[in-house]
Amino acid sequence: MLISKMKRNIGQIACVAAAICTLTACGESEPQTSGAPPDMRRLTSEQYRNVIHDVFGEHVEIASRFDPLVRTDGLFAVGASKAIITPSGFEKFYNIARSVARQAVDKDNRAVLIPCAPADALRANEACSRQFFTEVGRHLYRRPLTESEMETAVSAANEVADQLNDFYSGIEFGLTGLLVTPSFLFIIDETEPDSSSLSGLRLTGHAKASRLSFLLWNSAPDDMLLEAAETGALHTDNGIERQVERMVRSPFLARGVRAFFEDFLDLEKFENLEKDTTIYPAYTINTAESAKEQMLRTIVDHTVNQDAPYPEIFTTRKTFIDSHLGRVYRVPVARPDGGWEPYEFPEDDVRAGILTQMGFLSLFSHPGRSSATLRGKAVRELLLCQKVPDPPGDIDFSLFNDPNAPSRTARDRLTAHATVPSCAGCHKLTDPIGLGFEQFDGIGQFRVAEQGAIIDVAGDLDGNQFADAKSLAQAMHDSPSVPACLTNQLYSYAAGRAPERDEREFVRYLEAGFSDSGYSLKALLRDIATSDAFYAVSEPKRVDDGVRAASFNDKTKQELGS
Amino acid sequence: MSFFLHSKKSRRQMLRSMMGGGVVSLTLPFLDCFLNTNGTALASGAPIPTRFGTWYWGMGQTPGRAVKDKIATGPGIEFLEETEALIPHKDKLNYFGKFNMPLDGRSNYTHFSGWVANRTGTAPEAGGNIPAPTLDLLIADEIGKGTRFRTLDVSSVGMARQNYSARNTFNRAAAEIDPVALFDRIYGPEFADPNKADFKPDPDVRMRKSVLSAFTEETKDYMKTLGAADKQRMDQYFTSIREIENQLALQLTKPEPNLACVVPTRPGELGPDEVVRVREIDSVIETHKVMTKILAMAVACNQTNVFNMVFTDSFANVRRVGETYTHHLLTHEEAIDPDRGYQPLTYSFNKASMDGMASFIDIIDSIPEGDGTLLDNCLIFASSETNYARLHTIDGVPVYLIGGAGGRMKQGMYVAGGGDPITRVGLTAMQIMGVPVQNWGTKSLETSKTISEVVV
Repeated sequence: MLISKMKRNIGQIACVAAAICTLTACGESEPQTSGAPPDMRRLTSEQYRNVIHDVFGEHVEIASRFDPLVRTDGLFAVGASKAIITPSGFEKFYNIARSVARQAVDKDNRAVLIPCAPADALRANEACSRQFFTEVGRHLYRRPLTESEMETAVSAANEVADQLNDFYSGIEFGLTGLLVTPSFLFIIDETEPDSSSLSGLRLTGHAKASRLSFLLWNSAPDDMLLEAAETGALHTDNGIERQVERMVRSPFLARGVRAFFEDFLDLEKFENLEKDTTIYPAYTINTAESAKEQMLRTIVDHTVNQDAPYPEIFTTRKTFIDSHLGRVYRVPVARPDGGWEPYEFPEDDVRAGILTQMGFLSLFSHPGRSSATLRGKAVRELLLCQKVPDPPGDIDFSLFNDPNAPSRTARDRLTAHATVPSCAGCHKLTDPIGLGFEQFDGIGQFRVAEQGAIIDVAGDLDGNQFADAKSLAQAMHDSPSVPACLTNQLYSYAAGRAPERDEREFVRYLEAGFSDSGYSLKALLRDIATSDAFYAVSEPKRVDDGVRAASFNDKTKQELGS
Repeated sequence: MSFFLHSKKSRRQMLRSMMGGGVVSLTLPFLDCFLNTNGTALASGAPIPTRFGTWYWGMGQTPGRAVKDKIATGPGIEFLEETEALIPHKDKLNYFGKFNMPLDGRSNYTHFSGWVANRTGTAPEAGGNIPAPTLDLLIADEIGKGTRFRTLDVSSVGMARQNYSARNTFNRAAAEIDPVALFDRIYGPEFADPNKADFKPDPDVRMRKSVLSAFTEETKDYMKTLGAADKQRMDQYFTSIREIENQLALQLTKPEPNLACVVPTRPGELGPDEVVRVREIDSVIETHKVMTKILAMAVACNQTNVFNMVFTDSFANVRRVGETYTHHLLTHEEAIDPDRGYQPLTYSFNKASMDGMASFIDIIDSIPEGDGTLLDNCLIFASSETNYARLHTIDGVPVYLIGGAGGRMKQGMYVAGGGDPITRVGLTAMQIMGVPVQNWGTKSLETSKTISEVVV
C-alpha cells in the first residue's frame, strides 16, 4: 500500500473518532476502477515549450503559434485527447521543428547540446549521430527509440551529412524529423500485458512516467523518472510513491500547478483580452499580462509554497503586485522597475482573494464595461462546475431596450432580466453573484457609484447572503461545491478525460481525502498521482468491422510470436 | 513493422535513392481546375484555375436597410443604404434572400448554429459542435490538391480560433491573424516566384522532403497499433504530412510563368498600441485591406485555390474607440430609434461590414488575370451567421455569391428563396466548383435542388 494511502486510513480512524467525517472518507480504501481505453493527447503549446526548453535549454526560441486546442468538458487538457493535427497545424509544427533543430546545431549551441563531436565535421559520423539521437530521442519520445526509429534517424542524418558535406546539417534534418512524429507530438498511452488488471493491460513504465511528469511538472520525465520506468519501479507502489514525493517537492511542481490553473480558469482568454484605453487609461497590454501573472503567482504561492487550504485562494489578502497593477489598485509600489513584490491588502480593504483581482475582473467583463452576467457565469461554470444554459435563440431584447428607462447601474439593467421568465431562469444563476463584484469596473478598478448612482453589491450565493465582494469571497470559501469542482477538474486534467461512470466513487474518495488534508492541493495531487485509477487502462477501442484494434502490447505479442 | 525493415535495401540505400532524383521526377498532380476549358489562358498557355473563397461577417444585417426584398428571382439587386458600397459591384455578384434555416427542433445556439448550418448543411447538436465538413473544405478536396496550400485561412479581427472552416469539432484550422506572419508564410523563402527567369531547386528542399518521407514511413507502424478513433486522428496526421510533402515537391518544380503574380510589399510590424486596438473597427478595416491584398495575390500567384477570410467574428467583438459597447452588445442592448426605426449604432457597424465586403471585392477585382480580373475566376461565398442579430433570427440569413467562377456563374441576380433551405446556395456553389455532389445537408436542410438560375 502506498504511504499516502496508509496516511489516509490513519486520518480516517481519527476522523471516525471525532465523528465528523463522511461515510466515504471513513475507512474506505480506493474504489476499484477500470480506467478508459488507451489514448493519445496532443502536447499543449506550453508542454511543447517546456519539453524543448528542458531538453535544449531556455534560450531556444519558439516564436510561432500552434493550432489551438478545443476546450472540452471545461478543460483544454481534455480537448487534447481529441485533437487532430490539421494541414496548417502540421505546417506550423514542421516550421517550428526546423527552427528548433537549426538552433540546436547552431555553432554557439552545438558544443553543449550535442554530446559528441565528430572527428570530421564535413562527413557523416554514425557513432556520434547515434549517441545524439539516443540521448535526445529518449527525452523527446519519453522512452528509448526503438531500433527501427533509431535507424531512421541515424540514416537520415548520415545521408544528409554526406550530401551536404556537413555533419551538423545531418543532425538538424534528423532532429526535425523526430520533432514532427506522433511519438513526440502526442503523449501516447502505450500498454503491455498485465494479467493482474481487469483489462489484461497496463501502461508501460514509460507511459506511467509521462502521465506523472505532465501532471506534476507539465513536461517530459527527467532522467530519474525515466530510470524508474526502465527499472520497473513504476510498477510498484513504493516506486511510484518515491517518485511522486520527489516530484511534489521539486520546484517544477509550481510549473505543473500553474499549467493546471491556466487551464482550469480558462486563462487562455487573456490572449484575446482587449480593453478600451480611452475608457480605461490605466490599461495597457503590460497590465493585462501582469494581471494574469498576479493570479497565477497568488495561486501557486498559496497552494504550493505555503501549502495552504485551496478555498482560501478566495479570501487571502496576500498577493503580489508590480507597478502596472499598482496603478489599477491605486496602491504605492516599492519597485517601479516592473519587478514583482509581495503585497498584503489591508484588513479593511475591499479586496480579498483572486476574484477581486484585476485578472478575473477584467477577463470576465466587456471591453468598455463590467459584466455581472459574465462574472457570475464564470464563477458558476469554472469554479463551481455548474453549467449555465445557453440563452434562448429567439429572445426578444426589445423588453430591455426602453430608452427612457432609468437604468444607471448594472443592477437596474439586469433587474429586467429577472422579470422575464425566459431570461430569469439563467440570469438568476449568474447575476446575483456577478452583481457582488460591481464595485469593480471593467478592468477591476474600485468604484462606489455608476453614472452617479451608488452601487448595491449585496446578494446571495445559493442561499448564503453576502454584503459585498469580500463576503461573497467568504461564501465561495465556505461552499462545498468549490473543492468538489476542483477535485473533479483536477482528475479530468490528469486523466485527459472526464471521469468515467465507474470513477465517480473514486472522485468522491478523492474529495474526502482532499477534505481530510485540510484542502491541501499537494495532498490531492499526491492522492491522484499515487492512485491505481490514474494509471488504469481498459480494453482499447474497437474498429468498426468488429475486429479488435491492436493495442501496443499486441504488437509486442506479435513480435514475440505469442 | 517499418517499411525499411521489410526492405532488402538498407535504410540508407533507400534514403539515397529517394534523394537521388526519383522524387523530383515525379509528375505533380494536374489540377482538376486546369481542365476547365472555359477559362482564359494564362500567358504560358495554361488555363486559369477557378478558385473558391468565403468571406464572413458577424451580426447579419439591418432589416429593411440592406437589400430590397423581392418576390421572384431575376436580374437586378436593389441595394439600400447599408449595402450601397456594393452598388459598383452589382453585376459581379448574386444575392440570396428569404431562404430558411430549419433546425428540426435543435436549439439555435446563438451566433453559432447559423454559420454551422449554412456551411455544413447540418444543424449542430450542441454549442461548439461542428457535425460535418464545411463546404470550402469539400471544394478544397476537389481543387486544392495541387497548390502549395490546400486552403488559406485569414482573419482581420485578431481571433485565430474564429475561423469558420472545419472538418469537424476537433479538426478546425486556426486563422492567420497577423499580416506579417501571413506575408512571411506565403512569400517567405519557400515562395517560388513564377516570373523569375532563373529557377534552381534548392537541394535542401529535396533532402527535407526525403527525410520527412522516411519518418513518415516509420510512423506508419502506428497505424497498425491504434484504436479506431486514434486511427482516424492518425489518418488526418498523414493527410497533413502529405500537404507539407506537396509543398516541398512544388518548391522543386519551376512554376508556370504568371503575369498576374506580383509579390506585394511586406507589411510593417505592428506597434504595441496597434496590438491593443486590434478589434477597434477602424483598425479591423485597415487590417482587412492589408491582409486581403496579401491573400488575393497569393491566389493570383496560384499558391492556393481555396481561401477563407473573416472580416469580423460571429460574436462581433469589434467596437469603436471610447464606446463601452461592442457591435454584438449593441445589437442586443441598443434601443431602436423611434424616428428611424432601427438601431443606429448597430446599423453603422453593419454598414461597415458591407463596406468591408466591397473593399474585398475591389481588391480581388483589381488584379488583372487573363482577359479579365481575378474576380472573374473566383467564386466567393459571403455570409453571416444571423439575419437580424437583435433577435438571433437565422431564417433569411444573407448570402452572396460573388465573382464569375471562371464563366460558370451568372451574376447580378436577386434569388428569392421562398422559404427553401439555405443549403441550396451551398449545394449550387459546390456544383459550380465541380464537386460531384447531387444532394447536400441533413434532415430539413437536405436538398438536391440546384439554383439553376445562376448556373451557366
